[in-house]
Amino acid sequence: MDKLSKENKEYLIKRNTNEYEVVIGLEVHAQVLSESKLFSTSPTKFGSEPNTQVSLVDAAFPGMLPVINEFCIKQAIKTGIGLNAKINKKSIFDRKNYFYADLPQGYQISQYKNPIVGEGTVTLDLPNGEKKIGIERLHLEQDAGKSIHDIDPNNTLVDLNRSGVALMEIVSKPDLRSLDEVNSYIKKLRSIMRYLGTCDGNMQEGSLRADVNVSVRKKGSKELGTRCEIKNVNSIKFMQMAIDYEANRQVDVIEEGGSINQETRLFDTKKNETRSMRSKEDAHDYRYFPDPDLLPLELDENFINDIKKNIPELPDEKKKRFIEKFKLSPYEANILVSDIDTSKYFEEVSKNSDVKLATNWITGELFALLNEKNLEITESPISSKNLSKLINLIKKGTISGKIAKTIFELMSDGDKDPEKIVEEKGLKQQSDPKELEEIIDKIISENPKNVELYKSGKDKLFGFFVGQVMKSSGGKANPQLVNEILKKKLT
Amino acid sequence: MSNIIDLKLFELVEKIKKKEISSQEVTKVFVDRSQKSKKLNSYITENFENALQKAKQFDEKPDFNKKLPGVPLAVKDLFCTKNIRTTAGSKILENFIPTYESTVTQNILNEGGIIIGKLNCDEFAMGSSNETSFFGNVQNPISENLVPGGSSGGSSSALAAKLTPATIGTDTGGSIRQPASFTGTVGLKPTYGSCSRYGIVAFASSLDQAGPMTQNVKDCALMLEVISSYDNKDSTSVDFKRGQYLKDLNENIKGKKIGIPKQYRVDGMPKEIDELWKKGMKIIENNGGEIIEINLPNTNYALPTYYIVAPAEASSNLARYDGVKYGFRSKGENLIDMYEKTRSEGFGDEVKRRIMIGTYVLSSGYYDAYYLKAQKVRRLIKNDFDEAYKKVDAILTPSTPSSAFKIGEKTNDPVSMYLNDIFTVPINLAGLPAISIPAGHDKSGYPLGLQVIGKAFDEQNILNIAYSIEKNINFKNNFNDWWIN
Repeated sequence: MDKLSKENKEYLIKRNTNEYEVVIGLEVHAQVLSESKLFSTSPTKFGSEPNTQVSLVDAAFPGMLPVINEFCIKQAIKTGIGLNAKINKKSIFDRKNYFYADLPQGYQISQYKNPIVGEGTVTLDLPNGEKKIGIERLHLEQDAGKSIHDIDPNNTLVDLNRSGVALMEIVSKPDLRSLDEVNSYIKKLRSIMRYLGTCDGNMQEGSLRADVNVSVRKKGSKELGTRCEIKNVNSIKFMQMAIDYEANRQVDVIEEGGSINQETRLFDTKKNETRSMRSKEDAHDYRYFPDPDLLPLELDENFINDIKKNIPELPDEKKKRFIEKFKLSPYEANILVSDIDTSKYFEEVSKNSDVKLATNWITGELFALLNEKNLEITESPISSKNLSKLINLIKKGTISGKIAKTIFELMSDGDKDPEKIVEEKGLKQQSDPKELEEIIDKIISENPKNVELYKSGKDKLFGFFVGQVMKSSGGKANPQLVNEILKKKLT
Repeated sequence: MSNIIDLKLFELVEKIKKKEISSQEVTKVFVDRSQKSKKLNSYITENFENALQKAKQFDEKPDFNKKLPGVPLAVKDLFCTKNIRTTAGSKILENFIPTYESTVTQNILNEGGIIIGKLNCDEFAMGSSNETSFFGNVQNPISENLVPGGSSGGSSSALAAKLTPATIGTDTGGSIRQPASFTGTVGLKPTYGSCSRYGIVAFASSLDQAGPMTQNVKDCALMLEVISSYDNKDSTSVDFKRGQYLKDLNENIKGKKIGIPKQYRVDGMPKEIDELWKKGMKIIENNGGEIIEINLPNTNYALPTYYIVAPAEASSNLARYDGVKYGFRSKGENLIDMYEKTRSEGFGDEVKRRIMIGTYVLSSGYYDAYYLKAQKVRRLIKNDFDEAYKKVDAILTPSTPSSAFKIGEKTNDPVSMYLNDIFTVPINLAGLPAISIPAGHDKSGYPLGLQVIGKAFDEQNILNIAYSIEKNINFKNNFNDWWIN
């Protein structure tokens, strides 16, 4: 089988002499972070007992009416601003009609022709630079309930806790070209929404899911191929697997002289393949029409401006600031800003200590520790306060970098104060030149042969002397001073 | 005190307030008469025992500051009533007992009213004769085997037969005004957004409005005052300052300009109706009003527009009756089969017809030609009224193109049934208030009504005009209690 040419920036599929480009667009469903649902006052807490967060409105009892949750509107506008998108002053809620057991109303309230947010852009930070991905639109809609088929052998059970929860559907333009770009795009979206506090981005809990549109075309072709939509994929890894499978399937069809049918497909995560769900001809006729229970949503300029004023610094701006103010490399800045909690941690540490050291310690030792223990930075066993203390100890020369690593390990057990560890364990660096001279004199007198050899040109032996001094000082000797004194004594 | 049933609502209120009669006495009289009137089939669900108990409680601890102090009322079975079965006239909700109260009935309860029962209506309010109800035909007390109109047919029948001193209905295309006209009673459809739709089983959301049905205009003003309120549970409820309709009711219409739309002179309209209309104009002129001919050029398109918009919304509103959560469920092999059987058996023919029409006009490929076009025409119809209201304060028309017809007469001809709503439908499309008052009889002695249409939120004005006409007509229903053995 032909393999993906991953080393290349381009993600191309090769068959015989042909090279195919893969064109990807994503429809991301992001659950709005809100206390209550889009059109009812029921709570939205994840993982509650089935059917305990359901109001009469959510269960579509006769005569019940939707009332828009203003907070959800604000969240959508915030997100729109974060996507550098146009906020539409007038938008309309429509009914998308279809029957399903977990859709109590028999229709989903969504936005069809007039979404709340229009075109925008998201900037991806790729290894070879930035790439802008177009956003087509963002609209608000209700989530459906959940059908559970595997509890009762004879019946399907329905849990309506999720019914009516607000979702933002964020539709990208078909601007994505590789699996890495998909990964980067999802992460960036997630990052922006987490900065804004509009979606927790938790893919395990289903707060972020996507429908993936995939088409292929011969490299250099300007026309888009016929696309297939892969429904409801809920992790980046599965998205990548699904796209890879689907793109290769389409290329095979074309290479065999066939053509692609526009259809909706499902990704089977166990078999790692996509399967046809329904063709275009069988597509539902959703009979969209404006929901007569809801008036058009009209926003005034001040309402939008008030939200704009309260938008926090977003990853792109933060990255720029880190590069300019802290002289970080784009790479370092990217790592530190991509997750809001990491950036917060970094800013707390660097506020009270050396920026360069803070960068290195966070991206190095701390990340390794979190990785090893499988923890989020918010659960870090070492607080930002204690890490900045540690960095200050290094900076002041109180401890050496090597000792710092030992202390770091000790700190991780119950967030211990590094200053106390230094005191208790007597790990303070030996920086008194007189004391060091005594040790060095002793080493020199004990090793006359090596002194001879060094002086006759064996420079490498310098390390031996340093090592001996460090050993003799119990690792506490200030390495810089040791170097200086040794050099003087050995010449 | 057998004359209690002959008292007007406002008289009952006064007498209860003056402690001349008790709530229990009043309630018992209407309950007794209702029990003797089963032949009319006005009720779907009786709440008599409970009502008598409530009346007793009221008398023990009366609050005479209420607008309806201990007054018994039966209401259309489209209003959800807490712990009282609510069917919407449909098999699919045959055993549905809400755990919640509609805002409109809550307003009645808050003002001291007592619900004595739920009144028959066309299934999901779809009909003009009450013949689509799963719970059977309703008799018009005017004459045996005469329809009471629809969809609020149980309400008009019960009101005219004095089984309830007043009632409420809902009006989507004429469902309050046409039955009022057919039974010689008063019915008012308020401006869209005046009465909350919360807890009313929805038919067509953009057209549905609850409204009072009463013996006379004064009672109508009182009832409107009780039921009209801003409600944040209904996003289409309008937060305008409600009038003191009863206090401000007066018959002085001097200088009022009343429009007569020539497009309402339809072919084949009985002579009596035209004469009635002229009589109305005459009264207005005698009372100092001015009659002005106006143009509502798109009137002809109102009925077809209505029969696209209303079924479209209904097809979606009724999707929730699927057998999954509540109401009737038929056994099926699988989900789809269960849906099909539940809805085939649970809905009647007229409801199914409208669901199909609605589904069709919203379908892709037909949406633009039907639904979208209908919405545009709806706008034109509204513009017609806006234009007319630059010249006049209100509009006078007949309420219906004919008087009540016999049960079964039009059941096989839906279009002729739909034509009944020709004078009432445009008002719903434009969201305006309109009142129907009894104004005369046809040659068979069946009542005929006149309709006064107002500007949006100008209910006081049409109440006053109606009041002024009412005073000069001295209409009286003539029937013996033929249905009581």
